[in-house]
Amino acid sequence: MSIEYPKVVIASENSTIVYFSERPCSQTSDQIAYTVHALKVRLGGDLIDLIPSYHSLLIIYNPLRLGYQKIEQEIRDTIGQWAPNNQSQQGRIVELPVYYSSESGPDLQRIVDHSGLTIDQVISIHQQTEYTVYAMGFAPGFAYLGEVDKRIAMPRLDTPRHNVPQGSVAIADRQTAIYPSQSPGGWNLVGLCPLSLFNAEKQPHSPMQVGDKLRFKSIDRDEFIQLGGSDKHLTGEKS
Amino acid sequence: MKGFKVINPGMHSLLQDKGRVGYHHLGITSGGAFDQYSIGWANRLCLNSENAGCIEILVGGLILEAQVTTQIAITGADVPIRINDSSVENWCTHNIQPGDKIAFGYATAGCRVYLAVAGGIQAPLIFNSLSTVVRECLGGLSKLGMPLEKGDILTCQSSSHSTQRSVPTKYHYQFDTDIAEIRMVIGYQYEQFSQQQISQFFSTDYTISPNSDRMGYRLEGPAIDTTPCEMLSEGISLGAVQLPADGMPIILLCDRQTIGGYPKLGSVFSQDIARLAQMMPGKKLRFKPFSIDQAQRILQESAP
Repeated sequence: MSIEYPKVVIASENSTIVYFSERPCSQTSDQIAYTVHALKVRLGGDLIDLIPSYHSLLIIYNPLRLGYQKIEQEIRDTIGQWAPNNQSQQGRIVELPVYYSSESGPDLQRIVDHSGLTIDQVISIHQQTEYTVYAMGFAPGFAYLGEVDKRIAMPRLDTPRHNVPQGSVAIADRQTAIYPSQSPGGWNLVGLCPLSLFNAEKQPHSPMQVGDKLRFKSIDRDEFIQLGGSDKHLTGEKS
Repeated sequence: MKGFKVINPGMHSLLQDKGRVGYHHLGITSGGAFDQYSIGWANRLCLNSENAGCIEILVGGLILEAQVTTQIAITGADVPIRINDSSVENWCTHNIQPGDKIAFGYATAGCRVYLAVAGGIQAPLIFNSLSTVVRECLGGLSKLGMPLEKGDILTCQSSSHSTQRSVPTKYHYQFDTDIAEIRMVIGYQYEQFSQQQISQFFSTDYTISPNSDRMGYRLEGPAIDTTPCEMLSEGISLGAVQLPADGMPIILLCDRQTIGGYPKLGSVFSQDIARLAQMMPGKKLRFKPFSIDQAQRILQESAP
Protein backbone atom coordinates (compact mmCIF):
# COMPACT_ATOMS: atom_id res chain seq x y z
CA MET A 1 0.00 0.00 0.00
CA SER A 2 1.49 3.32 -0.94
CA ILE A 3 0.56 6.45 0.98
CA GLU A 4 0.64 9.89 -0.55
CA TYR A 5 2.43 12.54 1.49
CA PRO A 6 1.67 14.91 3.00
CA LYS A 7 -1.08 12.93 4.67
CA VAL A 8 -3.59 15.10 6.58
CA VAL A 9 -5.59 13.31 9.29
CA ILE A 10 -8.18 14.51 11.84
CA ALA A 11 -6.89 14.19 15.42
CA SER A 12 -9.68 15.78 17.49
CA GLU A 13 -12.50 18.30 17.31
CA ASN A 14 -9.95 21.12 17.01
CA SER A 15 -6.75 19.51 15.78
CA THR A 16 -5.37 17.95 12.64
CA ILE A 17 -2.15 15.99 12.24
CA VAL A 18 0.01 16.08 9.13
CA TYR A 19 2.44 13.28 8.27
CA PHE A 20 5.19 14.47 5.94
CA SER A 21 6.93 11.19 5.14
CA GLU A 22 7.25 7.55 6.16
CA ARG A 23 10.48 8.10 8.13
CA PRO A 24 12.11 11.22 9.54
CA CYS A 25 14.85 12.72 7.38
CA SER A 26 16.44 16.11 6.94
CA GLN A 27 14.02 17.11 4.16
CA THR A 28 11.07 16.24 6.41
CA SER A 29 12.55 18.29 9.26
CA ASP A 30 12.98 21.26 6.88
CA GLN A 31 9.39 20.90 5.67
CA ILE A 32 8.06 20.76 9.23
CA ALA A 33 10.09 23.83 10.28
CA TYR A 34 8.83 25.70 7.21
CA THR A 35 5.21 24.71 7.86
CA VAL A 36 5.39 25.75 11.53
CA HIS A 37 6.64 29.19 10.53
CA ALA A 38 4.31 29.66 7.56
CA LEU A 39 1.17 28.53 9.42
CA LYS A 40 1.85 31.00 12.25
CA VAL A 41 1.96 33.81 9.70
CA ARG A 42 -1.00 32.54 7.69
CA LEU A 43 -3.42 31.68 10.51
CA GLY A 44 -2.41 34.24 13.15
CA GLY A 45 -4.78 34.13 16.13
CA ASP A 46 -6.86 31.28 14.69
CA LEU A 47 -3.92 28.98 15.37
CA ILE A 48 -3.84 27.78 18.98
CA ASP A 49 -0.76 25.55 19.21
CA LEU A 50 1.61 23.38 17.17
CA ILE A 51 3.43 20.19 18.12
CA PRO A 52 6.19 19.29 15.66
CA SER A 53 7.64 15.78 15.97
CA TYR A 54 9.76 13.31 14.00
CA HIS A 55 7.71 13.13 10.80
CA SER A 56 4.51 14.86 11.82
CA LEU A 57 2.99 18.14 12.93
CA LEU A 58 -0.11 18.42 15.15
CA ILE A 59 -1.99 21.63 14.40
CA ILE A 60 -4.45 22.87 17.03
CA TYR A 61 -6.83 25.58 15.78
CA ASN A 62 -9.90 27.55 16.83
CA PRO A 63 -12.85 25.53 15.51
CA LEU A 64 -15.18 28.51 15.90
CA ARG A 65 -13.15 30.33 13.26
CA LEU A 66 -12.01 27.50 10.99
CA GLY A 67 -13.73 24.26 10.09
CA TYR A 68 -11.68 21.12 9.51
CA GLN A 69 -12.07 21.28 5.72
CA LYS A 70 -10.84 24.86 5.63
CA ILE A 71 -7.84 24.02 7.84
CA GLU A 72 -6.94 21.07 5.63
CA GLN A 73 -6.96 23.38 2.61
CA GLU A 74 -4.81 25.95 4.44
CA ILE A 75 -2.34 23.22 5.42
CA ARG A 76 -2.11 21.83 1.87
CA ASP A 77 -1.68 25.29 0.36
CA THR A 78 1.06 26.10 2.88
CA ILE A 79 3.02 22.90 2.31
CA GLY A 80 2.59 23.34 -1.45
CA GLN A 81 4.67 26.51 -1.23
CA TRP A 82 7.63 24.77 0.37
CA ALA A 83 10.70 24.43 -1.81
CA PRO A 84 13.87 22.43 -1.07
CA ASN A 85 16.93 24.42 -0.04
CA ASN A 86 14.86 27.19 1.41
CA GLN A 87 17.86 28.55 3.30
CA SER A 88 15.93 31.03 5.43
CA GLN A 89 14.22 28.18 7.26
CA GLN A 90 17.36 26.30 8.29
CA GLY A 91 17.68 25.57 12.00
CA ARG A 92 20.57 26.90 14.03
CA ILE A 93 23.54 24.88 15.16
CA VAL A 94 23.74 24.60 18.94
CA GLU A 95 26.77 23.26 20.81
CA LEU A 96 26.42 21.90 24.34
CA PRO A 97 29.27 20.89 26.68
CA VAL A 98 29.19 17.41 28.18
CA TYR A 99 31.37 15.85 30.87
CA TYR A 100 31.59 12.24 29.72
CA SER A 101 33.03 9.87 32.32
CA SER A 102 32.16 6.83 34.40
CA GLU A 103 31.31 9.08 37.34
CA SER A 104 28.91 11.24 35.29
CA GLY A 105 27.75 8.53 32.88
CA PRO A 106 27.15 5.32 34.82
CA ASP A 107 25.99 3.40 31.72
CA LEU A 108 29.10 4.06 29.58
CA GLN A 109 30.42 0.67 30.68
CA ARG A 110 27.20 -1.05 29.51
CA ILE A 111 27.73 0.46 26.05
CA VAL A 112 31.39 -0.59 26.10
CA ASP A 113 30.38 -4.16 26.96
CA HIS A 114 27.63 -4.17 24.33
CA SER A 115 29.62 -2.59 21.50
CA GLY A 116 33.12 -3.91 22.05
CA LEU A 117 34.45 -0.35 21.74
CA THR A 118 36.56 1.45 24.36
CA ILE A 119 35.08 4.23 26.54
CA ASP A 120 37.07 6.82 24.57
CA GLN A 121 35.70 5.49 21.30
CA VAL A 122 32.09 5.60 22.58
CA ILE A 123 32.56 9.22 23.72
CA SER A 124 34.25 10.20 20.51
CA ILE A 125 31.50 8.69 18.34
CA HIS A 126 28.76 10.30 20.42
CA GLN A 127 30.26 13.77 20.06
CA GLN A 128 31.24 13.47 16.40
CA THR A 129 27.64 13.21 15.23
CA GLU A 130 25.54 16.24 14.37
CA TYR A 131 22.06 15.58 15.75
CA THR A 132 18.69 16.96 14.69
CA VAL A 133 16.20 18.13 17.35
CA TYR A 134 13.22 16.07 16.19
CA ALA A 135 10.75 16.77 18.97
CA MET A 136 10.32 18.28 22.41
CA GLY A 137 8.03 16.65 24.92
CA PHE A 138 7.89 14.04 27.71
CA ALA A 139 8.81 16.85 30.14
CA PRO A 140 9.32 20.61 29.68
CA GLY A 141 12.48 21.18 27.64
CA PHE A 142 13.16 17.48 26.95
CA ALA A 143 14.50 17.26 23.38
CA TYR A 144 14.51 14.07 21.33
CA LEU A 145 17.68 14.01 19.22
CA GLY A 146 18.63 11.67 16.40
CA GLU A 147 20.17 9.71 15.09
CA VAL A 148 22.85 8.06 17.17
CA ASP A 149 25.61 6.22 15.29
CA LYS A 150 24.63 2.52 15.01
CA ARG A 151 27.86 1.43 16.73
CA ILE A 152 26.81 3.01 20.05
CA ALA A 153 23.04 2.45 19.81
CA MET A 154 21.89 0.79 23.04
CA PRO A 155 18.51 -0.58 24.22
CA ARG A 156 16.84 1.02 27.25
CA LEU A 157 17.53 -0.36 30.73
CA ASP A 158 15.31 -3.27 31.73
CA THR A 159 14.27 -1.39 34.85
CA PRO A 160 14.11 2.42 34.63
CA ARG A 161 15.88 4.45 37.31
CA HIS A 162 13.71 6.33 39.80
CA ASN A 163 15.96 9.36 39.65
CA VAL A 164 17.96 10.43 36.65
CA PRO A 165 20.00 13.54 37.61
CA GLN A 166 19.30 16.86 35.92
CA GLY A 167 21.54 17.41 32.88
CA SER A 168 22.08 13.70 32.17
CA VAL A 169 22.98 12.95 28.56
CA ALA A 170 21.46 9.65 27.59
CA ILE A 171 21.04 7.12 24.76
CA ALA A 172 18.07 4.89 23.95
CA ASP A 173 18.45 2.84 20.77
CA ARG A 174 19.33 5.40 18.10
CA GLN A 175 17.97 8.37 20.05
CA THR A 176 19.85 10.62 22.41
CA ALA A 177 18.62 13.32 24.78
CA ILE A 178 19.43 15.43 27.82
CA TYR A 179 17.20 15.30 30.92
CA PRO A 180 16.41 18.99 31.67
CA SER A 181 15.32 18.18 35.22
CA GLN A 182 15.57 15.27 37.59
CA SER A 183 13.05 12.60 36.63
CA PRO A 184 12.56 8.85 36.37
CA GLY A 185 14.00 7.39 33.19
CA GLY A 186 15.24 4.26 31.47
CA TRP A 187 17.80 5.65 29.03
CA ASN A 188 21.52 4.85 29.22
CA LEU A 189 23.41 7.67 30.93
CA VAL A 190 26.72 8.64 29.30
CA GLY A 191 27.52 12.09 30.73
CA LEU A 192 26.33 15.32 32.29
CA CYS A 193 25.73 18.74 30.74
CA PRO A 194 26.40 21.57 33.23
CA LEU A 195 24.05 24.09 31.56
CA SER A 196 20.42 24.75 32.45
CA LEU A 197 18.22 23.28 29.72
CA PHE A 198 14.88 24.62 30.78
CA ASN A 199 14.00 27.82 32.58
CA ALA A 200 10.35 28.73 32.96
CA GLU A 201 11.16 32.33 33.80
CA LYS A 202 13.86 33.22 31.28
CA GLN A 203 13.82 33.65 27.52
CA PRO A 204 14.69 31.55 25.67
CA HIS A 205 13.25 28.83 27.88
CA SER A 206 15.41 26.21 26.21
CA PRO A 207 18.72 26.56 24.30
CA MET A 208 17.28 24.54 21.40
CA GLN A 209 14.11 24.13 19.42
CA VAL A 210 12.72 21.58 16.99
CA GLY A 211 14.65 21.72 13.72
CA ASP A 212 17.92 22.91 15.27
CA LYS A 213 21.13 20.92 14.82
CA LEU A 214 23.01 19.98 17.93
CA ARG A 215 26.58 18.99 18.68
CA PHE A 216 28.07 17.83 21.96
CA LYS A 217 31.51 19.01 23.02
CA SER A 218 33.50 16.94 25.49
CA ILE A 219 34.71 18.83 28.58
CA ASP A 220 36.66 17.68 31.64
CA ARG A 221 35.67 17.63 35.29
CA ASP A 222 37.11 21.07 36.08
CA GLU A 223 35.37 22.70 33.12
CA PHE A 224 32.14 20.99 34.16
CA ILE A 225 32.35 22.56 37.63
CA GLN A 226 33.40 25.96 36.21
CA LEU A 227 30.37 26.01 33.90
CA GLY A 228 28.09 25.56 36.89
CA GLY A 229 27.84 21.77 37.02
CA SER A 230 27.06 20.29 40.40
CA ASP A 231 29.41 17.67 41.81
CA LYS A 232 26.67 16.11 43.91
CA HIS A 233 25.89 13.60 41.13
CA LEU A 234 29.54 12.74 40.56
CA THR A 235 30.64 9.60 42.32
CA GLY A 236 34.27 10.68 42.49
CA GLU A 237 35.27 7.64 40.49
CA LYS A 238 37.25 9.00 37.54
CA SER A 239 37.17 7.40 34.13
CA MET B 1 -1.61 40.71 50.84
CA LYS B 2 -5.00 39.48 51.96
CA GLY B 3 -7.59 37.09 50.64
CA PHE B 4 -8.36 33.62 51.98
CA LYS B 5 -6.30 31.59 54.39
CA VAL B 6 -6.16 27.82 53.86
CA ILE B 7 -7.13 26.21 57.19
CA ASN B 8 -7.28 22.71 55.68
CA PRO B 9 -6.34 21.98 52.04
CA GLY B 10 -8.63 18.92 51.85
CA MET B 11 -7.74 15.90 49.76
CA HIS B 12 -6.14 17.69 46.81
CA SER B 13 -6.96 21.28 45.96
CA LEU B 14 -5.30 23.05 43.04
CA LEU B 15 -5.23 26.58 41.66
CA GLN B 16 -6.47 26.42 38.08
CA ASP B 17 -7.58 28.63 35.22
CA LYS B 18 -8.16 27.76 31.57
CA GLY B 19 -4.61 26.44 31.28
CA ARG B 20 -1.51 27.06 29.17
CA VAL B 21 -1.92 27.82 25.50
CA GLY B 22 0.83 28.07 22.91
CA TYR B 23 3.68 26.26 24.70
CA HIS B 24 3.30 22.67 23.54
CA HIS B 25 6.39 23.03 21.35
CA LEU B 26 8.46 23.33 24.56
CA GLY B 27 6.91 20.15 25.93
CA ILE B 28 4.58 22.07 28.25
CA THR B 29 1.13 20.58 28.69
CA SER B 30 -2.12 22.56 28.84
CA GLY B 31 -3.08 21.90 32.47
CA GLY B 32 -6.05 24.05 33.49
CA ALA B 33 -9.39 23.16 35.05
CA PHE B 34 -10.32 19.57 34.25
CA ASP B 35 -14.03 20.47 34.15
CA GLN B 36 -14.08 23.61 31.98
CA TYR B 37 -17.88 23.68 32.08
CA SER B 38 -18.07 24.16 35.85
CA ILE B 39 -15.15 26.59 36.13
CA GLY B 40 -16.75 28.61 33.33
CA TRP B 41 -19.99 28.96 35.32
CA ALA B 42 -18.13 29.77 38.55
CA ASN B 43 -16.29 32.65 36.87
CA ARG B 44 -19.44 33.88 35.10
CA LEU B 45 -21.33 33.98 38.42
CA CYS B 46 -18.56 36.19 39.85
CA LEU B 47 -18.58 38.40 36.71
CA ASN B 48 -14.94 37.39 36.17
CA SER B 49 -13.04 37.04 32.93
CA GLU B 50 -13.24 33.47 31.66
CA ASN B 51 -9.58 32.86 32.51
CA ALA B 52 -9.69 34.04 36.15
CA GLY B 53 -7.94 31.88 38.76
CA CYS B 54 -10.14 29.46 40.75
CA ILE B 55 -9.68 26.51 43.11
CA GLU B 56 -10.32 23.00 41.81
CA ILE B 57 -11.24 20.90 44.83
CA LEU B 58 -10.97 17.13 44.43
CA VAL B 59 -13.77 15.44 46.42
CA GLY B 60 -13.69 17.99 49.27
CA GLY B 61 -12.35 18.69 52.74
CA LEU B 62 -11.13 22.22 51.96
CA ILE B 63 -11.61 24.82 54.71
CA LEU B 64 -10.88 28.50 54.06
CA GLU B 65 -11.01 31.57 56.27
CA ALA B 66 -11.84 34.89 54.62
CA GLN B 67 -9.75 38.00 55.30
CA VAL B 68 -11.63 40.33 52.93
CA THR B 69 -15.16 41.36 51.98
CA THR B 70 -15.98 39.72 48.69
CA GLN B 71 -18.26 37.38 46.78
CA ILE B 72 -17.58 33.75 45.90
CA ALA B 73 -19.30 31.22 43.63
CA ILE B 74 -19.23 27.44 43.87
CA THR B 75 -20.05 24.99 41.04
CA GLY B 76 -19.33 21.40 40.04
CA ALA B 77 -19.84 18.26 42.12
CA ASP B 78 -22.69 17.93 44.65
CA VAL B 79 -20.97 18.66 47.95
CA PRO B 80 -22.12 19.83 51.39
CA ILE B 81 -20.90 23.41 51.94
CA ARG B 82 -21.04 25.40 55.16
CA ILE B 83 -20.34 29.07 55.63
CA ASN B 84 -19.83 29.49 59.38
CA ASP B 85 -22.82 27.59 60.85
CA SER B 86 -25.11 27.59 57.84
CA SER B 87 -25.41 25.08 55.02
CA VAL B 88 -25.35 26.84 51.68
CA GLU B 89 -26.16 25.92 48.08
CA ASN B 90 -23.97 25.06 45.12
CA TRP B 91 -24.26 26.75 41.65
CA CYS B 92 -24.72 30.25 43.11
CA THR B 93 -22.87 33.19 44.66
CA HIS B 94 -22.34 33.87 48.38
CA ASN B 95 -21.35 37.16 50.01
CA ILE B 96 -18.36 36.85 52.31
CA GLN B 97 -17.13 38.96 55.23
CA PRO B 98 -13.69 38.89 56.89
CA GLY B 99 -13.59 36.05 59.42
CA ASP B 100 -16.11 33.86 57.57
CA LYS B 101 -15.20 30.19 57.43
CA ILE B 102 -16.06 28.25 54.28
CA ALA B 103 -15.95 24.49 54.78
CA PHE B 104 -16.49 21.75 52.20
CA GLY B 105 -17.69 18.27 53.10
CA TYR B 106 -17.17 15.38 50.69
CA ALA B 107 -18.82 15.08 47.27
CA THR B 108 -21.92 12.89 47.08
CA ALA B 109 -22.20 13.03 43.26
CA GLY B 110 -19.39 14.07 40.93
CA CYS B 111 -15.91 14.66 42.36
CA ARG B 112 -14.57 18.10 41.38
CA VAL B 113 -15.80 21.36 42.89
CA TYR B 114 -14.84 24.84 41.64
CA LEU B 115 -14.63 27.92 43.80
CA ALA B 116 -14.32 31.33 42.14
CA VAL B 117 -13.77 34.68 43.87
CA ALA B 118 -14.85 38.06 42.51
CA GLY B 119 -11.91 39.42 40.53
CA GLY B 120 -10.16 36.03 40.54
CA ILE B 121 -7.50 34.53 42.79
CA GLN B 122 -4.17 36.24 42.15
CA ALA B 123 -1.03 34.15 41.74
CA PRO B 124 2.14 34.47 39.67
CA LEU B 125 1.70 33.42 36.06
CA ILE B 126 4.02 30.89 34.49
CA PHE B 127 3.59 30.69 30.72
CA ASN B 128 0.57 32.97 31.03
CA SER B 129 -1.30 30.77 33.48
CA LEU B 130 -1.46 30.03 37.20
CA SER B 131 -2.55 26.43 36.52
CA THR B 132 -0.98 23.89 38.84
CA VAL B 133 0.58 20.94 37.01
CA VAL B 134 2.11 18.74 39.69
CA ARG B 135 3.88 16.48 37.18
CA GLU B 136 5.68 19.39 35.50
CA CYS B 137 6.42 21.23 38.78
CA LEU B 138 4.78 24.32 37.27
CA GLY B 139 2.21 26.82 38.50
CA GLY B 140 0.22 27.32 41.69
CA LEU B 141 1.17 29.70 44.50
CA SER B 142 4.80 28.55 44.66
CA LYS B 143 5.09 28.40 40.84
CA LEU B 144 6.51 24.91 41.45
CA GLY B 145 3.35 22.92 40.91
CA MET B 146 2.36 22.37 44.55
CA PRO B 147 -1.24 21.69 45.62
CA LEU B 148 -2.70 24.05 48.25
CA GLU B 149 -1.19 23.62 51.71
CA LYS B 150 -2.30 24.55 55.20
CA GLY B 151 -1.45 28.19 55.91
CA ASP B 152 -1.34 29.30 52.26
CA ILE B 153 -2.82 32.74 51.61
CA LEU B 154 -4.84 33.02 48.42
CA THR B 155 -4.64 36.66 47.48
CA CYS B 156 -7.65 38.47 46.07
CA GLN B 157 -9.03 41.97 46.01
CA SER B 158 -11.99 42.90 48.15
CA SER B 159 -15.16 43.39 46.16
CA SER B 160 -18.39 45.27 46.69
CA HIS B 161 -20.41 42.83 44.54
CA SER B 162 -23.38 41.79 46.60
CA THR B 163 -26.16 40.99 44.10
CA GLN B 164 -26.79 37.27 44.31
CA ARG B 165 -26.68 35.25 41.11
CA SER B 166 -27.37 31.58 40.47
CA VAL B 167 -27.16 29.17 37.57
CA PRO B 168 -30.61 28.06 36.28
CA THR B 169 -31.29 24.46 37.35
CA LYS B 170 -31.41 23.16 33.77
CA TYR B 171 -27.70 24.00 33.44
CA HIS B 172 -26.65 22.18 36.63
CA TYR B 173 -24.72 18.97 36.19
CA GLN B 174 -26.68 15.89 35.23
CA PHE B 175 -24.39 13.32 36.80
CA ASP B 176 -24.09 10.03 35.00
CA THR B 177 -25.65 7.46 37.28
CA ASP B 178 -25.48 4.51 34.91
CA ILE B 179 -22.95 3.82 32.17
CA ALA B 180 -21.79 7.14 30.73
CA GLU B 181 -21.78 7.43 26.97
CA ILE B 182 -18.62 9.27 25.96
CA ARG B 183 -18.49 10.73 22.45
CA MET B 184 -15.16 10.23 20.66
CA VAL B 185 -14.24 12.07 17.46
CA ILE B 186 -12.67 9.37 15.32
CA GLY B 187 -9.19 10.20 14.09
CA TYR B 188 -5.44 9.55 14.26
CA GLN B 189 -4.69 5.83 13.57
CA TYR B 190 -8.39 4.79 13.59
CA GLU B 191 -8.17 3.51 10.00
CA GLN B 192 -5.33 1.19 10.95
CA PHE B 193 -7.38 -0.77 13.51
CA SER B 194 -9.25 -3.87 12.33
CA GLN B 195 -13.04 -4.05 12.16
CA GLN B 196 -12.90 -6.56 15.00
CA GLN B 197 -10.82 -4.25 17.25
CA ILE B 198 -13.09 -1.28 16.55
CA SER B 199 -16.30 -3.18 17.25
CA GLN B 200 -14.91 -4.56 20.50
CA PHE B 201 -13.82 -1.05 21.54
CA PHE B 202 -17.26 0.49 20.99
CA SER B 203 -19.21 -2.40 22.53
CA THR B 204 -17.19 -2.68 25.77
CA ASP B 205 -18.36 -1.16 29.06
CA TYR B 206 -15.09 0.14 30.53
CA THR B 207 -14.42 0.82 34.21
CA ILE B 208 -12.24 3.79 35.19
CA SER B 209 -9.15 2.38 36.93
CA PRO B 210 -8.01 3.66 40.36
CA ASN B 211 -4.75 4.48 38.60
CA SER B 212 -6.31 7.55 36.92
CA ASP B 213 -5.65 11.24 37.35
CA ARG B 214 -5.58 14.57 35.53
CA MET B 215 -2.91 13.20 33.20
CA GLY B 216 -4.98 10.28 31.99
CA TYR B 217 -7.79 7.85 32.75
CA ARG B 218 -6.79 4.23 32.45
CA LEU B 219 -9.70 2.00 31.54
CA GLU B 220 -10.29 -1.59 32.55
CA GLY B 221 -12.15 -4.11 30.45
CA PRO B 222 -11.45 -7.12 28.25
CA ALA B 223 -8.11 -6.42 26.53
CA ILE B 224 -8.27 -5.69 22.81
CA ASP B 225 -5.93 -7.93 20.82
CA THR B 226 -3.19 -5.67 19.52
CA THR B 227 -0.36 -6.38 17.16
CA PRO B 228 2.84 -4.61 18.19
CA CYS B 229 3.60 -1.83 15.75
CA GLU B 230 6.55 0.47 15.59
CA MET B 231 5.35 4.05 15.72
CA LEU B 232 7.16 7.38 15.86
CA SER B 233 6.14 9.67 18.72
CA GLU B 234 3.71 12.39 17.66
CA GLY B 235 1.65 15.25 19.12
CA ILE B 236 -1.19 14.28 21.46
CA SER B 237 -4.42 16.27 21.51
CA LEU B 238 -6.65 16.74 24.56
CA GLY B 239 -8.81 13.67 25.07
CA ALA B 240 -6.81 11.38 22.78
CA VAL B 241 -7.68 7.70 23.33
CA GLN B 242 -4.57 5.58 23.00
CA LEU B 243 -4.34 1.83 22.88
CA PRO B 244 -1.01 0.56 24.25
CA ALA B 245 0.24 -2.97 23.67
CA ASP B 246 -1.72 -4.36 26.67
CA GLY B 247 -4.98 -3.58 24.83
CA MET B 248 -6.43 -1.36 27.60
CA PRO B 249 -7.36 2.16 26.41
CA ILE B 250 -6.07 5.29 28.16
CA ILE B 251 -7.79 8.68 27.74
CA LEU B 252 -5.16 11.45 27.81
CA LEU B 253 -6.40 14.50 29.67
CA CYS B 254 -5.44 18.03 30.74
CA ASP B 255 -2.03 17.16 32.28
CA ARG B 256 -1.12 14.70 29.46
CA GLN B 257 2.36 14.38 27.97
CA THR B 258 2.49 16.44 24.75
CA ILE B 259 3.96 13.69 22.57
CA GLY B 260 3.70 9.93 22.66
CA GLY B 261 4.11 6.85 20.56
CA TYR B 262 1.05 4.63 21.04
CA PRO B 263 -1.65 4.29 18.37
CA LYS B 264 -4.80 6.31 19.01
CA LEU B 265 -8.42 5.80 17.94
CA GLY B 266 -9.47 9.45 18.14
CA SER B 267 -10.16 12.04 20.82
CA VAL B 268 -12.99 12.50 23.33
CA PHE B 269 -15.32 15.43 22.57
CA SER B 270 -14.48 18.36 24.90
CA GLN B 271 -17.99 18.58 26.36
CA ASP B 272 -17.58 14.98 27.53
CA ILE B 273 -14.12 15.65 29.03
CA ALA B 274 -15.94 17.88 31.55
CA ARG B 275 -18.18 14.88 32.36
CA LEU B 276 -15.13 12.62 32.75
CA ALA B 277 -13.73 15.14 35.26
CA GLN B 278 -16.74 14.37 37.48
CA MET B 279 -16.35 10.57 37.25
CA MET B 280 -14.44 8.75 39.99
CA PRO B 281 -12.51 5.50 39.53
CA GLY B 282 -14.97 2.61 39.45
CA LYS B 283 -17.46 4.47 37.22
CA LYS B 284 -18.36 2.82 33.94
CA LEU B 285 -18.31 4.32 30.48
CA ARG B 286 -18.85 3.32 26.89
CA PHE B 287 -17.50 5.10 23.79
CA LYS B 288 -19.73 6.34 21.00
CA PRO B 289 -18.25 7.25 17.60
CA PHE B 290 -18.70 10.90 16.76
CA SER B 291 -17.87 12.67 13.51
CA ILE B 292 -15.87 15.85 13.24
CA ASP B 293 -18.91 17.45 11.51
CA GLN B 294 -21.16 16.71 14.49
CA ALA B 295 -18.52 17.91 16.96
CA GLN B 296 -17.76 21.18 15.20
CA ARG B 297 -21.48 21.91 14.65
CA ILE B 298 -22.21 21.52 18.37
CA LEU B 299 -19.21 23.69 19.30
CA GLN B 300 -20.42 26.44 16.96
CA GLU B 301 -24.01 26.21 18.21
CA SER B 302 -22.98 26.37 21.87
CA ALA B 303 -20.48 29.21 21.43
CA PRO B 304 -21.37 32.32 23.44
